[in-house]
Amino acid sequence: MSETWPTIHFTINGTACVVQAPPMKRLLDVLREDLHLKGTKEGCGEGECGSCSVRMNGELVNSCLVPVLQAGGADIQTVEGLAANGKLHPIQKAFLSCGGAQCGICTPGMLMAAAQLIDRNPHPSMAQIREGLAGNLCRCTGFMRIFESVLAAATLAPDPAPEETPNAR
Amino acid sequence: MSTTAKTRIVGASAPRKEGADKLLGRALYIDDIEREGMWFGSTVRSTIPRGLIRSIGFDRRINWSDFTVVTAADIPGENHIQLIVADQPCLADGQVNHCDEAILLIAHPDKHKLRDAISAVHIEYETLPPIFTIEESEHRDQIVWGKDNLFKSFLLEKGNVDSVWESAAHIVEGEYRTGAQEHLYIENNGIIAEWSAENGVTVWGSLQCPYYVHKTLIKIFDLPDDKVRVIQTETGGAFGGKEDYPSTLASHAALLAMKSGHPVKMIYDRMEDLAATTKRHPSRTRHRTALDKDGKLLAMEIDLATDGGAYATLSSTVLSRATLHAPGPYSCPNVRIGAKAWATNNVPYGAFRGFGAPQTIFALERHMDEIASALSIDPLELRRRNFLHTGDTTATEQLMREPLIMDQLLDRALKESDYHTRRARFARENPTSAIKRGIGIACFYHGSGFTGSGERILNSLAGVDVSPEGKVRVMVSNTEFGQGTNTVLTQIAAEAIGIDYDDIIMAAADTGLVPNSGPTVASRTVMVVGRLIERAGLQLTATLREQAGLGDKFTREEFFAACERVRSAKGEVVSLVRYEAPPGIFWDDEKYHGEAYPSYAWSVHMAQVAVDTVTFSAEVEEYWAVQEVGRVLNPVLATGQIEGGIAQGIGYALYEKVVMQNGRMANNQMTNYIIPTAEDVPPIHVFFEEIPFKYGGYGAKGIGELPHDGPAPSILNAIKNATGVSFHSIPLLPEDLFAQLVARESAKEHATL
Amino acid sequence: MRGNAEAHELIAPGSLPAVLDLLASAPGEWTPLAGGTEVMVAFAAGRLGAQKLVNLWGIPDLRFIRTTSSSIVIGACTTFLDLRAHADLAAELPLIAKSASWIGSVANQSRATLGGNLANGSPAADSSPALLVYDAEIEMVSKRGSRRIPYAEFHTGYKQNVMAPDELLYAIHLPRRFADHRHYLRKVGTRRAMAISKVALAASTLLEDGVVSEIRLAAASLAPFPTRLFKTEAVLLGQPLTNEALLEARGALFAEAQPIDDIRSTANYRKHVVANLLHEFLLGLSAEGASR
Repeated sequence: MSETWPTIHFTINGTACVVQAPPMKRLLDVLREDLHLKGTKEGCGEGECGSCSVRMNGELVNSCLVPVLQAGGADIQTVEGLAANGKLHPIQKAFLSCGGAQCGICTPGMLMAAAQLIDRNPHPSMAQIREGLAGNLCRCTGFMRIFESVLAAATLAPDPAPEETPNAR
Repeated sequence: MSTTAKTRIVGASAPRKEGADKLLGRALYIDDIEREGMWFGSTVRSTIPRGLIRSIGFDRRINWSDFTVVTAADIPGENHIQLIVADQPCLADGQVNHCDEAILLIAHPDKHKLRDAISAVHIEYETLPPIFTIEESEHRDQIVWGKDNLFKSFLLEKGNVDSVWESAAHIVEGEYRTGAQEHLYIENNGIIAEWSAENGVTVWGSLQCPYYVHKTLIKIFDLPDDKVRVIQTETGGAFGGKEDYPSTLASHAALLAMKSGHPVKMIYDRMEDLAATTKRHPSRTRHRTALDKDGKLLAMEIDLATDGGAYATLSSTVLSRATLHAPGPYSCPNVRIGAKAWATNNVPYGAFRGFGAPQTIFALERHMDEIASALSIDPLELRRRNFLHTGDTTATEQLMREPLIMDQLLDRALKESDYHTRRARFARENPTSAIKRGIGIACFYHGSGFTGSGERILNSLAGVDVSPEGKVRVMVSNTEFGQGTNTVLTQIAAEAIGIDYDDIIMAAADTGLVPNSGPTVASRTVMVVGRLIERAGLQLTATLREQAGLGDKFTREEFFAACERVRSAKGEVVSLVRYEAPPGIFWDDEKYHGEAYPSYAWSVHMAQVAVDTVTFSAEVEEYWAVQEVGRVLNPVLATGQIEGGIAQGIGYALYEKVVMQNGRMANNQMTNYIIPTAEDVPPIHVFFEEIPFKYGGYGAKGIGELPHDGPAPSILNAIKNATGVSFHSIPLLPEDLFAQLVARESAKEHATL
Repeated sequence: MRGNAEAHELIAPGSLPAVLDLLASAPGEWTPLAGGTEVMVAFAAGRLGAQKLVNLWGIPDLRFIRTTSSSIVIGACTTFLDLRAHADLAAELPLIAKSASWIGSVANQSRATLGGNLANGSPAADSSPALLVYDAEIEMVSKRGSRRIPYAEFHTGYKQNVMAPDELLYAIHLPRRFADHRHYLRKVGTRRAMAISKVALAASTLLEDGVVSEIRLAAASLAPFPTRLFKTEAVLLGQPLTNEALLEARGALFAEAQPIDDIRSTANYRKHVVANLLHEFLLGLSAEGASR
């Protein structure tokens, strides 16, 4: 049975990985069960709450909606990959000082969405922040501290040098 | 005195104690945990709301020998969940009284096998007529619980309301309704259980009250206290939804563990959690109010009814709090409140942030605006004329001894929101705008801690100890689920002892390790348990000074060295204290009279709402909350609590509807149970006033539930201001606004014909 | 989570011709799976009937946006983020990007595809009203060849369409003749984001000397599938935008709309609100006309 499962290669947080899994197994379950990366959470299984958000090939996706076959060859980042060399990512630092996490269950997904937002738009407006986080439900915070955290992290992000944004106009 | 003295750590926004783990994705929630040899469990549930179980059949397409199956017959002890009344079975035995009631449990090493097995259990019922509303229960055509469907009733009387109706200048009546509300914690309910003959039962899980679960498990399994151990794991939101329900889930997982001989994990998926677990009690409140010509309250007669669902759970205490919050922050010489909690065949309702107060505060604060209209008095002025002041008595004749500053809170709310300017602007702009704007208020209190002698009965024990590795541990059974327990209690410990915040940790919320300091409910943790930790910390340092030569001022090294000297002498370093009631708390449970709560937090909320006459949707555009909460021990965490509670209250008012069809939640998915997203929440402005409460931890009162009381009434009052139309029931969806506004239009058209 | 991954097959032939070969070899047996934002939800709810699935994600032949002199052609596996980012679409057919921004969240938009949205065929489909008022055509391919039909003829019933069992939705063709039109699109949901439509109205119109020379109206959630509102259009076509015309159009829409009560909303609400949306659109046009 399992010999017939495909072998799927991808990169997780910079490290090459290979799993053998049923092709319809959700990326979320592969991360948690096969790769023992428990940071990504399941809140709904319907793509509504965003707790399972990860970055796949530079895009934010709900990993509960990705069959692992489609992640073949992908470059995936989870919350475990945000901090680099033991240093908190600016968004993690901001969440800590601004109170962006309460119970913490939505936090991994929220951090991925916030990191994605700031990477794409280093100085987002409030409307852009709200839109960027609209797919991540939080029941504890009422979002205010999360917005503050994103604004704080955004001001920490240096203005990109012209060479770093070839598409800016 | 500690409440007003300058402090190092208390009052500062110390970073969340477990924050780094949560941010790094390292915090372990129950579904992140595995035990060796673990199986998986699931539940076979009733598909009908009421009936007798005639037969249970097991389809032969499943190899049942691979499964463990548990029924009520397997329960070694009592088949009851131990809450207030032991009426709720752990597993249905011959009869079901609500949809999704647990009948059977199954376990298997491969979780993928469970779904198929569940669908292969065939249950035949003899259906009985179900009832689903308060009115049906009141009529008693069907008796579905006890002798008369009545879980509980209270009568609260002050003065004599009947003496004023005849002479009152004004009498205003109104009826107000609130619907059920789902907690929607983002982490579903989950438990892992283990059983052995040697150790008894051990459970880990997402829960608020380890000792509540313990209390049920010892009865289910007929085991002594030390043979049941309950350990809370990192909990992803609770809001009351994990106060009583985990006792049921833990019992289920433990029964499967016992019978299978393996650890068993049971994690609900979202659809199951929404359909089968507790929600906020729906309510109906009827007001009849007498006032004099100046709008001063003469009499308040309130008839309150809640729907408790099929079993009593916590309906009596929810009813109690609802009753005690029904008359609001107003002085009234004559009050009569008749309150009843009714049984139906809905899924049992349970604890949810506010615990009855959001229901009756909604009714009261809506009713105050109705009174204001009827009497042509400004709604602010009406409230000012009736606010409680220091020296007044409440409906239970509790003397307000503490400073009471409702007027100042209202002044501040008006100033911060620029209320009058906005209101005037909307009055000018609304007539020619498709968007009608309005601003509405709510004024309320929330009693901190358990009612009356509740805390005496809990008799909490808590404290600190010191490990040989040089860590001070806070020893409480109170749990963190986002609200900041870990952070604030360790701040208090650090302050009281005189050492650094980083040198204090929380002991695991494990009944095998920590004393019973009471449940994490009723906004009691920082006020009551915080006070215990404060005393325990002071006691520890005093002991070290008296017995181990610690100086008045000391370094970190000197402190731990002194601890080791005590350890050499006594074998351990521990400081525990017991609850002491504040003086002057007398409560008569029969007459519902006396000091209902040791302290109250006071609040004024203000909502600016825009009603779109094209789509009939109402949105909150901006929100202000002013509250007097004793001392604020951690400003960032406290602000976060207020903001989060307001967001939930906004959902309660405008978005969250539990759609029941024949006793079953039909919208049991996140796609159709609607809570506000980041695009829906308004800017929320939070302002604290602080009057330290002498008997609370470093002067704190409770704040966790307070903010959920304000949004529903302030929002619907704003909608009345915006549209001129009064709405009396929540959730208020666009379809409901439409129905009333369009009905009004047709009535107007007919009137002019 | 009620789905069992082991109970389904998912294969990736890897190219469009290979997929078409597969569909031809076993018509009706293989369900295409693109971004997964519908299929995986059904899977997790234990409601995915399809046992065999064929992967379309990652096939370059299906994910493109091409501009010719007369049309913009969108590959079926183009995501909604792709649509939002495209400059020509934004400039000439703004309702496409607008409806794309409503599909769930950013995380859903990065995966949900235009073809998937249409093939799924919900009456509440977010992209459909805009496509209808832009005279979209659907191109379907199979091993037997390709064909194009007006999108308005694609849906035949609730979640039913004209595709043959061996056919795949290949591309959506949009004529480049709407740049000068006035566009309107409004969706009414349960909240501002992550909301399924209770009702939505799209409109494109051309006014000449204050008279409606062209008009297209389309709605979601008024019928078993997204529809043009031909009867209401007929009442407006060739008319100046007087108060009488607005009232008449409102009445016509009221009669034409046949929504239902469901878990999300009521028929009565939907009818009244869509009529209000139309009124809002027409009022906006006549106000501008009056100010010229």
